[in-house]
Amino acid sequence: MSVVSGTENAGGQGAAGLRLRRRVLRRLDAKVSPYLYIAPFFVVFGIFGLFPLGYTAYVSLTDRNLLAPVSHFIGLHNYALLIHDSYFWNAVENTFGIWFLSTVPQLGLALVIAHVLNTKLRARTFFRMAVLLPQVTSLVAVALIFTQLFGHDYGFVNYALGQVGVHHVYWESGRLSSWIALSVMIIWRWTGYNALIYLAAMQSIPEELYEAAAVDGARRFRQFVHVTVPMLRPTILFTVIISTIGGLQLFTEPYLFQPRASGGTGGASRQYQTIVMYLYEKFLGSTQFKFGYAAAIAWCLVLLIALFGLVNYLLVSRIRSAEA
Amino acid sequence: MVAQSSAIPRGRSRRRVHRAVARRFDSAGPLTYLFLLLVVAGSLFPLYWSLVVASHTNAAVYAYPPKLLPGANLFHNIRRLFDSGIVSVDFAKALVNSAIVASVVTVSVVFLSALAGFAFAKLEFRGRKLLFLLVLATLLVPVQLGLIPLYIQMIHFGWLNSIKAVIAPNLCTAFGVFLMRQYIVGGVPNELIAAARVDGCNSWRVFWHVVLPAVRPMAAVLGLLTFMNTWNDFLWPFIVLNARNPTVQVAVSDIATVAYVPDYSLILTGCFISILPLLAVFLLLGRQIVGGIMQGAIKG
Repeated sequence: MSVVSGTENAGGQGAAGLRLRRRVLRRLDAKVSPYLYIAPFFVVFGIFGLFPLGYTAYVSLTDRNLLAPVSHFIGLHNYALLIHDSYFWNAVENTFGIWFLSTVPQLGLALVIAHVLNTKLRARTFFRMAVLLPQVTSLVAVALIFTQLFGHDYGFVNYALGQVGVHHVYWESGRLSSWIALSVMIIWRWTGYNALIYLAAMQSIPEELYEAAAVDGARRFRQFVHVTVPMLRPTILFTVIISTIGGLQLFTEPYLFQPRASGGTGGASRQYQTIVMYLYEKFLGSTQFKFGYAAAIAWCLVLLIALFGLVNYLLVSRIRSAEA
Repeated sequence: MVAQSSAIPRGRSRRRVHRAVARRFDSAGPLTYLFLLLVVAGSLFPLYWSLVVASHTNAAVYAYPPKLLPGANLFHNIRRLFDSGIVSVDFAKALVNSAIVASVVTVSVVFLSALAGFAFAKLEFRGRKLLFLLVLATLLVPVQLGLIPLYIQMIHFGWLNSIKAVIAPNLCTAFGVFLMRQYIVGGVPNELIAAARVDGCNSWRVFWHVVLPAVRPMAAVLGLLTFMNTWNDFLWPFIVLNARNPTVQVAVSDIATVAYVPDYSLILTGCFISILPLLAVFLLLGRQIVGGIMQGAIKG
C-alpha cells in the first residue's frame, strides 16, 4: 500500500529522493512487517488466553465472590479446603471413570474401523464421510438426543434391551450406568474422527513392511497386530493425549444429561458430576459465586491434565519399547 | 509365491508382483462391507432418531413402544419452536447470532492465520523460531480454564450477554497459525515469492497477490473446521450469554432445561434445526473435510 502512494507522488519528486524513499520503505517492510503479521495472534492470546490464566492463579489465592464488594488475599486456603472436599474428589473419580470407559473402547474401535477402511473399497469416500458424520453434530445435540434415547420409561435403548429380555435400566440414577451412557455419547461422536487420523497414519506405512510380513506368512490379523499397531504408536499416543485433554474437561454431555437444570450437580447423588461441572457449580451454577474457590479447582484441573497426560505418555511409550 | 518374488530381478515386473501380494491381502470381502454398513448405521441412527422424535407430537414421544418411523408433525414442531409464546427463547435470533458469530470468527481465523503463517513460513525476522515455538506452546494451554477471570474481564468490558464476548476470544487460534504455516512452507514455492519481489512487491502485496490465492485449499479446510467448532461451541457462550440473546446451542440447551417435564419433540426439533446447516455444509464439502483431517493428521 505504501508503495502505491509512493508512485503516485513520484511526479513532484526527484528520482533520487524517490529511490531513497523506496529503500527506506523496503527496509522498514523487511524489519517491521513480519511482527505486524504475527501480532494479531499474540494480542488475542495475550488478552483472552494468557492474562486470564495468570489471573486465575491470583484469584485462586483470594476469597473473591461476585456478591462481595471486596476480596481478601487468603493464600493457599482454597487449595487446603479443596484437598479435603469430598465432592471434589468424587468429581475427579467420575471424570476419570468416564474418561476410561469412553477412551479405551473408542480408540480400539477406531483402530479396527481404520484398518477396515484401509482396504480397497468401493464407495470409499462415502464410508469415510459417514464415519465422520457424528463429529459434525454439536455436543448439545448429542447430549440431548442420547438423553432421550436413554430415557428409562420411553427411551429407545431400554425398549431395544427389553426385546432381548433385559429389564429397564435407570441409566441416569446409577453411577456405573450413567457413566456408560455418557461414554456411549462420547464414543459415538469421536470414534470416526480418530479412525480417520489412524487411517491417514496407516496409509503412510511403507507397503514393504506388509509384504515382508506376508512373505513370512502373516495373515491380515497378525499383520494388523505386528505391523500396523506398532507403526501407529506415535499416532496412538497423539490421540490418547488429545482425548486426555478433552476428556478431563468433560462438561456439556453430563450437564445436559439430566434434562432439568440442576446447576451442574450431576445427578441426585452427584454420581456423574465431572470436575468442570463442579467448577461451574461453585462459579455460577449454584448461587454461591465462589470465584476464588472455582479458580482453585481450575488450576487443579490444569495440573491433573498435565500429570495425567505425562502418565499416559510414559505408559504408551513403554508399551512401544516392550514390544519392539 | 515367496520364491518367485525373490527370484525376479528389480524393476517393473518385481513391483507388479509386490502389488499382487498386497492386493491379495487388501481385498474387501462381504464381511468387511457388512461391518462398515453397521458402523454407518450406528453413525446415522441418532441423527435419524432426532428426526423421528422431532416429527411427532410430544404425546407420541411419551408412548410405549416408541415410534420408530418419522411422523407428520415436523413442520408443526418447527412452528412451535419459532413461537415466542411457547418457547422461552427467541430461536430466530439465536440462529442469526450463531450465523454472525461463526462467520466473523471463521473469516478472521482464516485471514489472520494465513497472515501469521506466511510470516512464520517465508519471512526472515529475529526471534522467528522462538516465537513459533511459543505459538505451539499455547496449543498445550487449556485456555478454557481461564474462564473465571475471562468472565470478570467481560463484566469490566461490559460485554456480558453480548455476542462480542463470544467472538473476540476466538478471532485467532494457534491451531490455525500452525496449520497455515505448515501448508505455506510446502505449498507456496519460494520462486513465486522471489519473482513477485523482483516485480517490486512489498511483503503485504506478496501476501495478498501470491500467498492468499495459493493457500485456498487449506483455507477451505481451516474455514470449515472453524465454522463447525464455533457453531457447536457451548461452554463459553453458555456462561456469557443468556436466553434473551443466545447462540443456537445456548437456546437449545435452555429449551431443554427450563421445563419440568421436558418436551422432547420440541427439544429435538431444536437439535435437528441446529444440526441442519452443518449437515448441509458437510454434504457439500465433506470430501474436503475428510481430506483436511487426514492431511492434518500426517503433518501434525
